[in-house]
Amino acid sequence: MSSTLQTPKAAKPNEDADALIERFGSTRKSRFSRHVILCVIGLVMMYPLLWLVSSSLKPNGLIFEDLSLWPAEWSPSNYTDGWTALEYDFGIYFSNSIIIVVLSIIGNLFSCSLAAYGFARLNFTGRKLFFALMLGTMMLPGHVLLIPQYILFAKLGWLNTYYPLLVPNFLATNAFYIFLMVQFMRSLPQELDDAARIDGCGPFRTFWSIILPLCRPAFATTAIFTFISVWNEFFGPLLYLTDPELYTVPLALRQFIDSEGQSQWGQMFAMSVLSLAPIIGFFIAGQKYLVKGIATTGLK
Amino acid sequence: MTTTSTETAVMPGAVAPPAPQSQRRRRARKDRAGYLFLLPWFIGMLFTVVPFFASLYLAFTDYNLLNPPKWIGLENFADMFRDPVLLKSLQVTFVYTFVSVPLSLAAALGVAMILNRGIRGLPWYRAVFYLPSLLGASVAVVLLWRYVFGFDGIVNAFLGWFGIDAISWTSDPDYALTTLIILHIWTFGSPMVIFLAGLRQIPVMYYEAAAVDGASKWRRFRSITLPLLSPIIFFNLIQSLIASFQTFTQGFVMNNGGGGPANSTLFYNLYLYQQGFNQFNMGYASAMAWTLLVIIAVFTAITFFTAKYWVNYDS
Repeated sequence: MSSTLQTPKAAKPNEDADALIERFGSTRKSRFSRHVILCVIGLVMMYPLLWLVSSSLKPNGLIFEDLSLWPAEWSPSNYTDGWTALEYDFGIYFSNSIIIVVLSIIGNLFSCSLAAYGFARLNFTGRKLFFALMLGTMMLPGHVLLIPQYILFAKLGWLNTYYPLLVPNFLATNAFYIFLMVQFMRSLPQELDDAARIDGCGPFRTFWSIILPLCRPAFATTAIFTFISVWNEFFGPLLYLTDPELYTVPLALRQFIDSEGQSQWGQMFAMSVLSLAPIIGFFIAGQKYLVKGIATTGLK
Repeated sequence: MTTTSTETAVMPGAVAPPAPQSQRRRRARKDRAGYLFLLPWFIGMLFTVVPFFASLYLAFTDYNLLNPPKWIGLENFADMFRDPVLLKSLQVTFVYTFVSVPLSLAAALGVAMILNRGIRGLPWYRAVFYLPSLLGASVAVVLLWRYVFGFDGIVNAFLGWFGIDAISWTSDPDYALTTLIILHIWTFGSPMVIFLAGLRQIPVMYYEAAAVDGASKWRRFRSITLPLLSPIIFFNLIQSLIASFQTFTQGFVMNNGGGGPANSTLFYNLYLYQQGFNQFNMGYASAMAWTLLVIIAVFTAITFFTAKYWVNYDS
């Protein structure tokens, strides 16, 4: 049962179709040229990232002298020196970022799954209206709310704390994730809820014991998207965090330009590599969920 | 977006009511359960709805966070028309949006079409093209971009092979925005994945039939792919427009928060940030925010209204 339930939209990839389309107008030669085109585009796109990694291992003097990808001279000390180059060492910034990311993931999973279950499986007065409102907030540009929110958080004494970055995630303010989970929950058969009800489950028990365990793929997608967007987030921390001890990794990286002038490229690139590594790691581990996630929301 | 009617038919009365309970009490109990599940969302909506109207109010005031807001009517909006920096930031944002959105969507569609035709190694290619779109908004990549396009950077070195003189990409006002447009195009992977999923749902027999009838490749693209893909193009277009109008990090990091050189990367939201949080012109910044909201709404509306001429919802 579980295998059929886990692919909700069953975005039926017409596997035979590939073979069929392949047949007309596609010769061995044209197939080969397609690969060449794709490889060239891929190489051009990856080159800056490869250059970043290679530059992070070169001594400063060589970075702009020797543009080859293989360092003629190795300087792994960029990593150790870069780690302590700023006011606090990068261990602090990384743990700040990790705290914010982990709590944001918990908050989004908790609050968005509750809201999504309400929208997808329960019937109550005003549901359609609230659902439309929720979809509306998905399109609402965040900058309109920025200034009153800042004033509110300032009045609450939340400036220079993580509350402005975390609390909204516990209040299901990210409509995109609600929508993603609603789509997924709707694809689960209604008979599950009915059977649970016959067995005497209330809505909370049904949610907790029946629906949640089946929604694991949607939760994985939400967790990965949250990880990537919160890890990259620059604007919120820039606005709300002024004490360098609280800085996240992106804020710290930017300090390299402020403090070191333009000279310590190697260290800056080394820390850049470390800051991108978790995203690339999560991407490799969770590619399946990411691709499925953006495909379902895009295709409705 | 989606129909909400699918489950309503099944829910009530699937089980016989246990006791002669009045209709109304059962309804109230259902409502209570629903509202309980939505409780965090309701509180969260307060954090959205109240600021939404508060910023509309602030747009008509002079407010610096220290003194109470002072009502000044439309003055903020009148000032905006006279503010050359604001007009410049609007121009930067428009150029950026209307150049990079079509180009990145075209790249996304083009590559998706190459990938769609049963190519070996699809997961690899998809990963390589998709990864940059997850990194594009990160500070590390914008920093990297500064140096890739730096005077001694790899782009100039590459152009040098073809005898093109080095360009000061990041310090020349004529080129600075171009580097960010290229950065945007570099992130075409996420619309590409959506296109790819859409292309896979077009029944292959349409192409077979068209091929039998002797339709050319171009004809098949124009008469089958484009119409059937139009809802997804529409979705991607709206998403990209809204996101692109709100660009911030790229402009901020590229030139140390200044939007230079010569304001050539001063995105609208960056200027809004400067007005609101460097100068503490909170009223003016709110007026700017609402103006941008109206601009975004107008472009979204235009896209929606023209949709009936080019978006195909038949299938």
